[in-house]
Amino acid sequence: MSELTIEIDVLRYRPEMDNEPFTQTFEVPYTAEMSILEALQYIKDHLDSTVSFRWSCRMAICGSCGLMVNSVPKLGCKAFLRDYYPQKISLEPLANFPIERDLVVVMDDFIKKLEEIKPYIIPEKEKCLSEGTYQQTPEQMAKFKQFSMCINCGLCYAACPQYALDNKFTGPAALALLARYNRDSRDNGEAERMKIVNQEEGVWGCTFVGYCSVVCPKDVDPAAAIQLLKVESSKDYLIGMFKPD
Amino acid sequence: MSKTTEKTYKRSHEPVFWGLFGAGGMLTAFLTPVMILITGLLIPLGIIDQHYFSYEKIHGFATTWYGSVIVLVLVALPFWHTLHRIFHALHDIGINRGRDWQQVICYGFAFAVSVFVFTLLLQMLTAPSLFGF
Repeated sequence: MSELTIEIDVLRYRPEMDNEPFTQTFEVPYTAEMSILEALQYIKDHLDSTVSFRWSCRMAICGSCGLMVNSVPKLGCKAFLRDYYPQKISLEPLANFPIERDLVVVMDDFIKKLEEIKPYIIPEKEKCLSEGTYQQTPEQMAKFKQFSMCINCGLCYAACPQYALDNKFTGPAALALLARYNRDSRDNGEAERMKIVNQEEGVWGCTFVGYCSVVCPKDVDPAAAIQLLKVESSKDYLIGMFKPD
Repeated sequence: MSKTTEKTYKRSHEPVFWGLFGAGGMLTAFLTPVMILITGLLIPLGIIDQHYFSYEKIHGFATTWYGSVIVLVLVALPFWHTLHRIFHALHDIGINRGRDWQQVICYGFAFAVSVFVFTLLLQMLTAPSLFGF
């Protein structure tokens, strides 16, 4: 066989038959344009149909195919074999989450945190449809747009050393989403959300390592969102000293 | 929406320490290298003449009201910065026993140094004859 190939280690764990995770090595035909996700699909189609992994859109929009590529959180569809060839690639499920099966993780804690931060516009008062739409200037939109680009892939949670140490920490994506709503001119829910921000498990669990922003595939920069929220929380603290609620 | 029991939120006092940490960090980042450059390199190499940093000059500076404020800020804030960093690093390397005591010791030390420097400078300001010539 003259075709180029690349070796891929996949961490396997099938809870009904394995006591603990183990590594299985596959040899996959190599082409420069092949993504990690395509390599996994090749494995599933041609080598071992029992390998489980999540995927959907193949174009970094759905946020399903997050996994650890050589211990770095990546989207399978956005990481390419050419960046690793001819070295061996190791694939593991996203760090800091429990393994459900093979490369699939249990994301329940992350989803719960997204829900907890009230990720919806809380208007000052309900507006009737006949009153028309909410107006927003480009400047008002620029204040939050970047933080609204999150695809909930969970890479930042896999990257965050503080979440790894203590998963009570609200975490990067949820706090970035919180900042997205607090910074939206149409929203009036800041007071409610600041209670979440002000906690030890809120922004103060963050020590600004910044790895979340490094691994983010959509350049959301959650670390920046959290630092901005720390400033807001400090202002809120000062105000709270004079006006306790 | 279904009625759920409202979660209780506990406000962290971190803003106080984060503020001191941030202020100290600015000084540490911007001024410490300059101070090391002057006292550690430029003076020993003779590029800056020593007499600018003689005991009398420095003492004279530290016993003016603005000089003492500058010295206090330059010593105390980087201390708060450092001990805040150490306090969090203890958590990062997995030393989680007695976090309360770690906090008391870390911030207590920074506080003690601040008070010590403040008192010393105040003494020098009010009783220059004790320390001067």
